[in-house]
Amino acid sequence: MKIPVTAIRLPARPAREYESRFDREQSFLKMLAIPIASVILASMVTTLPIFPPEPLLPPFGLLMFLSWRLMRPGLLPVWSGVPFGLMDDLFSGQPFGSAGLLWSLAMLAIEIIDARAIWRDYLQDWLIAALLITAVLFGGLWVARLAHAAPDPNLLLPQIIVSILLYPLVVRICARLDSWRLAT
Amino acid sequence: MAPPRHRRPGFSRKAQYSLFVTYVVAIAGTVVAALLLAISVVDPTGFSALRTFGAEITAPIARVTSAVRLTTQRFARDASAYIDAASKNAALEKEAKVNRVKLIEAQALRVENARLRGLLKLSDDDQQQIAIGRLISSTASSTRGVATLSIGRNFGVDRAQPVRGPAGLIGRVIETGPTTARVLLITDTENLVPVMRVSDGLPAFSAGLGNGMVLIKPLNLGESPFKIGDVIATSGNGGLYGPNIPFARVIRKTSDGALGLPFADPANTPYAMVMKPYLNEARDTQQQSDPDGKLKVIAE
Repeated sequence: MKIPVTAIRLPARPAREYESRFDREQSFLKMLAIPIASVILASMVTTLPIFPPEPLLPPFGLLMFLSWRLMRPGLLPVWSGVPFGLMDDLFSGQPFGSAGLLWSLAMLAIEIIDARAIWRDYLQDWLIAALLITAVLFGGLWVARLAHAAPDPNLLLPQIIVSILLYPLVVRICARLDSWRLAT
Repeated sequence: MAPPRHRRPGFSRKAQYSLFVTYVVAIAGTVVAALLLAISVVDPTGFSALRTFGAEITAPIARVTSAVRLTTQRFARDASAYIDAASKNAALEKEAKVNRVKLIEAQALRVENARLRGLLKLSDDDQQQIAIGRLISSTASSTRGVATLSIGRNFGVDRAQPVRGPAGLIGRVIETGPTTARVLLITDTENLVPVMRVSDGLPAFSAGLGNGMVLIKPLNLGESPFKIGDVIATSGNGGLYGPNIPFARVIRKTSDGALGLPFADPANTPYAMVMKPYLNEARDTQQQSDPDGKLKVIAE
């Protein structure tokens, strides 16, 4: 059967045109590496020369981590909050172990929510992410307060609002990465 | 979204056990993270090697992006200088004429000051710079005010050294790596700086607020003596920060102090100068001359 031409477009990868279309498999490395690398790179955003007077930069590592977890349940294991969180601690300036603990608790909280609210839509996921972002950021301040003098909690409100509003964008980035990850 | 399949392992013993093990590992990991956190709360410098490692491996990216950023800033500044060039020129000429008089007066004062100091046989160990670097990144997403400096031990940078920019004091070094160092900014809530009012030398302390401003508290109790627009500089007390480094300008009066806006904005500092601690030798001698004869060195 001839496929009707609906749009003229250049082939994305001309070399693949001549390969077999049967029985292709995803690259195992890509399937594994893309979620891990994306969360770690998002944690490393603080490396860029951004000097806001107050903590305004959203915790992109946390946003990426939550969106992978909520978009693809079962992809990240339950214990993955610990290694990803400890990696984030290297770059965030918080006491070492703070994100390791808080992200892991967030992971367990989502696991409990998964057992109760089984069929969810996107807005409910956003709500869950918003609550967890707020909890993790305030938890981070609480941890910082244990270690040394810490600023007023009101200082975090702009960052929390920006982070919640940026969550949908991060989910879209995750979805693009996911389709790349699973492409054959 | 469909419920994930892995939650219902079915009748397979192996699947049931492996699901159970993931939960055990998750909870054990959480406990381990809590222990690590407890260790780092008790000993904040304990994991500095790991953080330094993180800063070192990301430093190349940070260096390149910060160079690009500086170039763009410079370009934008050059371009905007052409707008209003004529009127700006006239205003600057007028200002230069006023400044010339003040410069002569300042020169006379400097000579007189040197003569008086000679009479009193006073000598400062002059503030010597150790190295000049750039701020390449900061902990922009957490409540800490810590920036990364582009130079480290390779240029002789060490802990407890003051860092200043062309506009004023930036902070002090708290951790060093081979080619990077971490600087605790003056706006961090943990950073206390002895300061004074420039006009009359009124002694005060400054503490960061974490929102880009500093809280300036006078040593004397009572009503706040500050006025909006007062210029604050470091006083040199304590022997870490040298005296007369520009610090902040008072922008609001509070009941027992004032809110100040630091002169040095880390986002807009072309370079950062690492200085020797002021009165370093005197401080070392003081710490070592313990009446018990025991050597006691207090870090920072």
